[in-house]
Amino acid sequence: MSKRTFRIWRGDAEGGEFEEYTVEVGPGMVVLDAIHRVQAEHASDLAVRWNCKAGKCGSCSMEIDGMPKLGCMTRLGDYPESHTITIQPLKTFPLIKDLVTDVSWNFAQNKRIKPLQPKPRDADGEHRMQQEDVDRIQEFRKCIECYLCQDTCHVLRDHDRKDAFVGPRFMIRVGQLAMHPLDTEDRIPAIKEELGSGYCNITRCCTEVCPEHINITDNGIIPLKERVVDRYYDPIKMLLRKVRGA
Amino acid sequence: MVDLNELQTFEHDVLVIGAGGAGLRAAIQCAALGLDTGIVSKSLLGKAHTVMAEGGMAAALRNVDKRDNWKIHFRDTMRGGKFLNNWRMAQLHAQQAPDRVRELEDWGAVFDRTQDGLINQRNFGGHRYPRLAHVGDRTGLELIRTLQDHGVHQGFATHMECKIIGLVKDGDRIAGAVGLWREHGRFVLFKAKAVIMATGGGGRCWRVTSNSWEYSGDGAALAYDAGAELMDMEFTQFHPTGMVWPPSVSGVLVTEGVRGEGGILLNNKGERFMFNYIPERFAPETADTKEEAARWLSGDKNARRPPELLTRDVVARAIRSEVQAGRGSPHGGAFLDIANQRPADYIKRKLPSMYHQFKELAEVDITKDPMEVGPTLHYFMGGIKVEADSQMSKVPGLFACGEASAGMHGANRLGGNSLSDLIVFGKLSGDGADAYIKALPADPKVDGSQVSAIIKHATDILNREDGPNPFVVHEEIQEIMGEGAGIVRQGDELQTAVTKLGEIKPRIESVKAHAAPQFNAGWHEALDLQSLVTVGEAVARAALMREESRGGHTRLDFEGEREEWQKYNIVVSKQPDGGMLAQKVERPDPPEELSKIAYAKIEDLEAGNV
Repeated sequence: MSKRTFRIWRGDAEGGEFEEYTVEVGPGMVVLDAIHRVQAEHASDLAVRWNCKAGKCGSCSMEIDGMPKLGCMTRLGDYPESHTITIQPLKTFPLIKDLVTDVSWNFAQNKRIKPLQPKPRDADGEHRMQQEDVDRIQEFRKCIECYLCQDTCHVLRDHDRKDAFVGPRFMIRVGQLAMHPLDTEDRIPAIKEELGSGYCNITRCCTEVCPEHINITDNGIIPLKERVVDRYYDPIKMLLRKVRGA
Repeated sequence: MVDLNELQTFEHDVLVIGAGGAGLRAAIQCAALGLDTGIVSKSLLGKAHTVMAEGGMAAALRNVDKRDNWKIHFRDTMRGGKFLNNWRMAQLHAQQAPDRVRELEDWGAVFDRTQDGLINQRNFGGHRYPRLAHVGDRTGLELIRTLQDHGVHQGFATHMECKIIGLVKDGDRIAGAVGLWREHGRFVLFKAKAVIMATGGGGRCWRVTSNSWEYSGDGAALAYDAGAELMDMEFTQFHPTGMVWPPSVSGVLVTEGVRGEGGILLNNKGERFMFNYIPERFAPETADTKEEAARWLSGDKNARRPPELLTRDVVARAIRSEVQAGRGSPHGGAFLDIANQRPADYIKRKLPSMYHQFKELAEVDITKDPMEVGPTLHYFMGGIKVEADSQMSKVPGLFACGEASAGMHGANRLGGNSLSDLIVFGKLSGDGADAYIKALPADPKVDGSQVSAIIKHATDILNREDGPNPFVVHEEIQEIMGEGAGIVRQGDELQTAVTKLGEIKPRIESVKAHAAPQFNAGWHEALDLQSLVTVGEAVARAALMREESRGGHTRLDFEGEREEWQKYNIVVSKQPDGGMLAQKVERPDPPEELSKIAYAKIEDLEAGNV
């Protein structure tokens, strides 16, 4: 056991400041363990979300030394022993208290996406899909909704265009429906207009911070952008639309 | 006295408490039946403990092995539960699970596929055939996300980050619940004609557990306080394979899917010790040589199953015995090896989250090296006693489903039977609530004095001058339960646990949380203590009373199953003086038809002779 110091943001929407806490740390400990020690020993009212402590629920999202990460999957051993680790809440969402932010905007976006509209079952009552046809949407369904990608997305974080773009999380949510072998809904217009696929400028920051290692940009957003381009910006189709007056 | 007009109030036909798989499925059903429905979750939506389920959901879909059917699933469930299950619940579950799984596909679930494009099914402990519909090793996430994404379009109200701190009754009937918003610490009243408890278990009573902080036994404790009975509380499942190192992750689950995919257990001498622990009842269906186990793994349908796939209680006790005999791994567990059983790319494809979990938390590459694993408190077979078809408790209007209810799994739950339990009984509890409300003569009235008392009890924790640290008291409860009511138990130690839990109650009534009510972790912990001590005491008292070893309850002083005990469940209830009473309650005789199936020879079941 040795001692280690952490700089943790304390405060609410009114304001606040970083406070330093020193606790004992042991082998294999992660940042969330250290926060729990601080709670138990120094600040029982320190607010933090967490649940599974195994990288499966996506609750303990925070910014650790400026990087969006899960507290439960960030090992203290990854940082030099004498280094003071800085822990602060997600910047992109309104602060509630300490490390807890108001992420309700994300739930509202999910509700805007029309659910799966499955084609009828086969005569024997089964749905049939080949594994290779579902591999790519299963990648998107690994998402644990930690919203680290939303936190890092420039459109949401720096430009605060939550009114125009649903963010990477919900691009792959709609992507998994658009690429679903059973889905019958035409989702291209919504992807372009309401969900704002054009706002993403493919910096791949979302992919970099994804704790599930989902290739959000290359496998999700880019294919959706291509579908939008095929539909709306194909020169021959544009010409046809003009001729038909549509 | 709280002025009810000042208190934020929601009115629903049904209030579902808990938003894991069972609660969401219940809310979906209530909404589908036209009931005004609200669902409350202690966390954000989609974070409930269901996400941790890994291996799959059991249903006799017959996509991989045509010999399967509901009768064999039912028989496996009864055998796994050591014949202490509620017969009717085990029947309903086996019969309805396939339809419940199939409907998830229409709601967006994307299961792994067979060659023919159907839902794939994998092997699991205690299941005769490959029966678990799965998505790699993240099936629970698939279930909760599917229900969440479908649910948000069904018109029920979602109340997130709200802890229910008391139930309100009108006479004997349920009338609503009082909640606390975690965010700002204000109170809320939910008026409801029916309440469905879908709150999971109480694993946080133990230190080494796969359960998250939410698992404080709230549903069982609230129902108990409201007059419901708890049953089978002595049966606590220790999952055989939790992580044992590093210390900060001890208890985190390692899916049974590792063994389902061919993983084997070894001691520090390199011996595959499970061959030494095959119970008589399972011997005819379990491989007794490595050679036969290898043939089974390569798909030989005539070979018997490897002993690593015996039921969880058996495997957990075997690992403990090896450790006790000095044959454990360096950090006090056993070795679980898949690296030498399957190629690396297969492991990464079938067990991706296990691969990452060990790589990132323990710096172990499971495609090269064995994992170190040991038993971890995982699941409560016991819970709120309910009527099988309606899921209603003794309290009119109070329902329970999923892990919060008792009966379905008897003395031991089979892996994969939990996720299917959630969707089968989640739906049935919605049906039950609907029937109850339709027959209700008049809307229940809320009594303001009950609401006031509940709120005062909670605010006292903040208002008192001084008192014990709630985090420390929680650790004390965990110590008492670990020492007195762990994986193996003895009468004198259980008695000590009961006594010590009694002594800790006044401390719980005097804990102090500091600072303001907004998102105050210490206050929330203090409120959870009330539930933890109730379920802890119920476990200890029931375990003390059951003088035999069966399933998830092992007594060193009463080894082996005792026939006379198969006739009884232990039922716990609150006495008028506030004390807890545990009683032996005789089980009704099983319907003859079900008894025949459960005790039939497998050959007869496969041939359709039963």
